[in-house]
Amino acid sequence: MARRRKFCKMCVGKYHFDYKDAKFLSQFVTENGKIVPRRITGACAPCQRKLTIAIKRARHLALLPYVKH
Amino acid sequence: MRRYEVVFVLAPTMTDEEVDQLVESYSTVAQEVGAEVVQVDKWGKRRLAFPVQKHNEGYYTVLTLEEDAAKSVAELERRFKVNDSVIRFLSVRIDQELKRAERFETKRERRKARKLKARVAAAAEESSVGASESAEESGESDDAGQE
Repeated sequence: MARRRKFCKMCVGKYHFDYKDAKFLSQFVTENGKIVPRRITGACAPCQRKLTIAIKRARHLALLPYVKH
Repeated sequence: MRRYEVVFVLAPTMTDEEVDQLVESYSTVAQEVGAEVVQVDKWGKRRLAFPVQKHNEGYYTVLTLEEDAAKSVAELERRFKVNDSVIRFLSVRIDQELKRAERFETKRERRKARKLKARVAAAAEESSVGASESAEESGESDDAGQE
């Protein structure tokens, strides 16, 4: 079985990770508000790093939840 | 010149006019300290993702500043701390990130152009089998010149 190559959507697309764009960032958190790991999203390491920082900034500004239940 | 983004959230208990006044006063403060206010982006009232100081909503404002040192940012932050109606704030330096994004864009464009050229060269190769080698070589040397 051929394994599907995961590629980084962020590198292909035109994204810089804006911490003010809660809608975009919410794609990368679970329903509980956790950050989705790289092995699932397929993001490359630099992108995941930037993404994480953006999500944490958004959380501080109450744009994204820290926890949701 | 450095560029900063200063985001702050004001309590929903204020009226729209009060918010406007406060935002105005903050931007004048920044100017007095020596920063250039590039943009003032008011989002208006927005729901918070979680209660902050028992508020469920807040007025979001983004100030984009440009200056040599972070003096105005420091001054604004000091004022945010003193003012109780500011419930959250965050200031970020963004010029480096912008520059990086720009560089990335140009790199991508160049890569795209090169790929296109390679495809054209390949097509030419197929149509004229005899002249394939010379076409390939010229294509490669062109790429090197661009870099």
